[in-house]
Amino acid sequence: MSIDTQANVGTASAATADQRKPMLEVRDLQVGFTTQDKGIVPAVRGVNFTLNAGETLAIVGESGSGKSTTAHAIINLLPGTGKITGGSVFFDGEEISAMNARQIEDVRGRLIGFVPQDPMSNLNPVWNIGFQVEETLRANGLADSKTDARQKAIKVLQEAGLSDAASRLKQYPHQFSGGMRQRVLIGIGLSSQPKLLIADEPTSALDVTVQKVILDHLAMLTRETGTSVLFITHDLGLAAERAEKLVVMYQGKIVESGRSKDILADPVHPYTRRLVAAAPSLASKRMQIQKVEDADATELTDALDVTMIERAEQREERAKSGRGYITVSDVSKTYTIRRGGFKADLFTAVDKVSFQIDKGTTMGIVGESGSGKSTLAKLMLKLEPLSGGAISVDGKDIDSIKGAKELLAFRRKVQPVFQDPYGTLDPMYNIANTIAEPLNTHKIGTSKQRRARVRELLDQVLMPQSTMNRYPGELSGGQRQRIAIARALALKPEILVLDEAVSALDVLVQGQVLNLLTELQQELGLTYMFITHDLAVVRLVADRVCVMQKGRIVETATTDEVFDNPKELYTQELLSAIPGAGFEFGR
Amino acid sequence: MPTDTVSPPGRGGRSPDHYVAPIEDTPLQAVDSVKVDAKVSSLWADAWRAMRARPLFWFSSVMILFIAFVGIFPQLFTNELPNDNCLLANSNGGPTAGHPMGFTKQGCDVFARVIYGAQASLTVGVVATVVVVLIGVVLGAVAGFYGGFSDGLISRATDIFFAIPFVLGAIVLLSVFQGPSNAIIVALILSLFGWPQTARITRGAVLEARGADYVTASIALGVTRFKVLLKHVLPNAIAPVIVVATVSLGIFIVAEATLSYLGVGLPPSVMSWGNDIAQAQVSIRTAPMTLFYPAAALSLTVLSFLMLGDVVRDALDPKERAR
Repeated sequence: MSIDTQANVGTASAATADQRKPMLEVRDLQVGFTTQDKGIVPAVRGVNFTLNAGETLAIVGESGSGKSTTAHAIINLLPGTGKITGGSVFFDGEEISAMNARQIEDVRGRLIGFVPQDPMSNLNPVWNIGFQVEETLRANGLADSKTDARQKAIKVLQEAGLSDAASRLKQYPHQFSGGMRQRVLIGIGLSSQPKLLIADEPTSALDVTVQKVILDHLAMLTRETGTSVLFITHDLGLAAERAEKLVVMYQGKIVESGRSKDILADPVHPYTRRLVAAAPSLASKRMQIQKVEDADATELTDALDVTMIERAEQREERAKSGRGYITVSDVSKTYTIRRGGFKADLFTAVDKVSFQIDKGTTMGIVGESGSGKSTLAKLMLKLEPLSGGAISVDGKDIDSIKGAKELLAFRRKVQPVFQDPYGTLDPMYNIANTIAEPLNTHKIGTSKQRRARVRELLDQVLMPQSTMNRYPGELSGGQRQRIAIARALALKPEILVLDEAVSALDVLVQGQVLNLLTELQQELGLTYMFITHDLAVVRLVADRVCVMQKGRIVETATTDEVFDNPKELYTQELLSAIPGAGFEFGR
Repeated sequence: MPTDTVSPPGRGGRSPDHYVAPIEDTPLQAVDSVKVDAKVSSLWADAWRAMRARPLFWFSSVMILFIAFVGIFPQLFTNELPNDNCLLANSNGGPTAGHPMGFTKQGCDVFARVIYGAQASLTVGVVATVVVVLIGVVLGAVAGFYGGFSDGLISRATDIFFAIPFVLGAIVLLSVFQGPSNAIIVALILSLFGWPQTARITRGAVLEARGADYVTASIALGVTRFKVLLKHVLPNAIAPVIVVATVSLGIFIVAEATLSYLGVGLPPSVMSWGNDIAQAQVSIRTAPMTLFYPAAALSLTVLSFLMLGDVVRDALDPKERAR
């Protein structure tokens, strides 16, 4: 194959690089982690890229691809046993990988800013915000006196887009929301007007609408000062939208790099192709394009896409017919929050919610954190009592279910799959026992029949039967989620409540699990209540969508209506926050 | 509008800075493959593997097994009986043939007394630990899992018992109920003041495990709450309890010795290292060895349990293990 063997993005394209000098050059960078039993395990295996002044470059990869390790290696902030084992890093013409700890401290913070991943744990809870901002300013020699530091700290917060900055300085991190904390961290990162800002998954922990605002703000600030940005993310759509150049990493190596537009329009490496095909934000965008234009006009990168689109069309047909199989009417849930002493506040988590789900269809329930969508799942599963309203399944009011026998019958019908692949399986139970638990509980079949059923279920979720004797600790996130689905299917339920069931998975695995869910639905005629924060995923699987905000449903419609013609402002906001929304496909 | 079809790799039209790695460099593995040939691993299997590799584990467990064996079959190790054949003529005598550790002030064989003393110490340690674990796990699990009123009640009771130093409490109780004391009674009294620690640890671990998704999933499957507690919550909460139990076994042995030394524990008629240490105290200047041997036996036993506790903690605490 005559693939370009040239490794440095930009260095060969002298014509374009002329105007822009390289700000960061990473040459054959190798990083290893020392472990007790396996010696040095390589995490980054020869990475090359060049970031020019004023440019934004995104490193995209799944967990374990070495993207964060690369970022940390650049500023010599590798955790614990990590060590640069080869290669070099040049920053503004100087080799910073050869600097000693003192020298790099001068560069870090002052010339290279860093925005960490988790805004919740990266501010010290015992110091107020002002102290932490001033500390950075003084450590970087940007303020010489106390009053000077205070003045500049106020300016940093103002630039970070926080109103009432002077009084905000006296507040503590817990008084700030996640988005506000990330603004503070971005402010701190940019306070010394660095030449390069490294942002390591800066918005992964935040809601999509907050993510959009933060990234817009970050883009505005760095454009003003001409700062180069190295952006680390797992979301290809987000990366393509925010950066001019992309570096796609897989297992510690770069598989493809170049201009974002080129890579999205024409991914060459099979891994990149799969990523482009699987990223929900991109897939949902492609479906949109396909609807608007002629079917032949858009090139489909993967078979996955085709099946997804075909299924979406079938679903549209179905969505128009059928009557309510699950009817949720005026359902409310209030919690009492103790405030110490005898005071208590009422908190309404779900507020007069009504919708219907038809048999064999998928209802997507979308909302940001705190919208009450997970509470709704618990109500649907009859894990918590209703505070008001009624839920009926197949014509039977679930509130009227009394006695152990009736409850067991209900449990057979409705099963959950939860978000956290690491918490969803009991680590003490091997896979066979985990999947057999529902069968044992409901006393279905002999032990031989149960084992046969476990095998059958493993086949159904596309897991090898040899996993039966394995423990959850040995499986990856996606595999665990499949086992959780197998357990939920063991009783042959009619309804699955999927509470963020794919949100914690890597893109490719997410695609596989979504595919599996769609197939199972067709095969077994399942009804899904699909709860997620990600509208893009809903686009791929749901027939109808409820958009929730602060415990209320703001909009209910078929998926197409929501995407084509969102009526509520909040839905429009959510839609425009899907990364890659403004991106062009197929040049 | 798309004008070109899917581009073959290496096609000329691509921008020069579009780099694609040679495909053979980064083979695409199945995204979701299971390593079937690997060793089966669960918390306990991993813990066992981690412990097996530590010399300290083997040293302490061999020591403990040996001491237990001595405690159960003391007659296999000495022909002398600890309280018979005591001749005042031998008072504080040095080692002679057949009496390698010499004689006590009363002229009894020190070696025989050390051997027979193991029984009382181990009985107190094991019985007290078992009782403490039983009480502590049951109360802690009920408090942590069911919460609410039972939690309030049990937690307050725990606080009250925590406020009493357990040796002090034992001294008071033992001196009030002066009667025919034996190892079991001492163990029970020690556990009366020892359970709060186990209860607290269990409660904390149960609280943590209770919130896990697999617990919710089991309840949604129709498993009763009590069965969920037994089958899912407790097995996941028991590791820290086991660690504390191993360590506290040593502490109970020390406590028994302390009580016996103070004269409120086991009666002098019962062989115990604590009693021997108390009696040897008077002749510490003339015959220091009569103090040294029982003290050394006590230290070695306690040390073995503490070391084992250390190894078990390292093996069961995931933070201590490389994942």
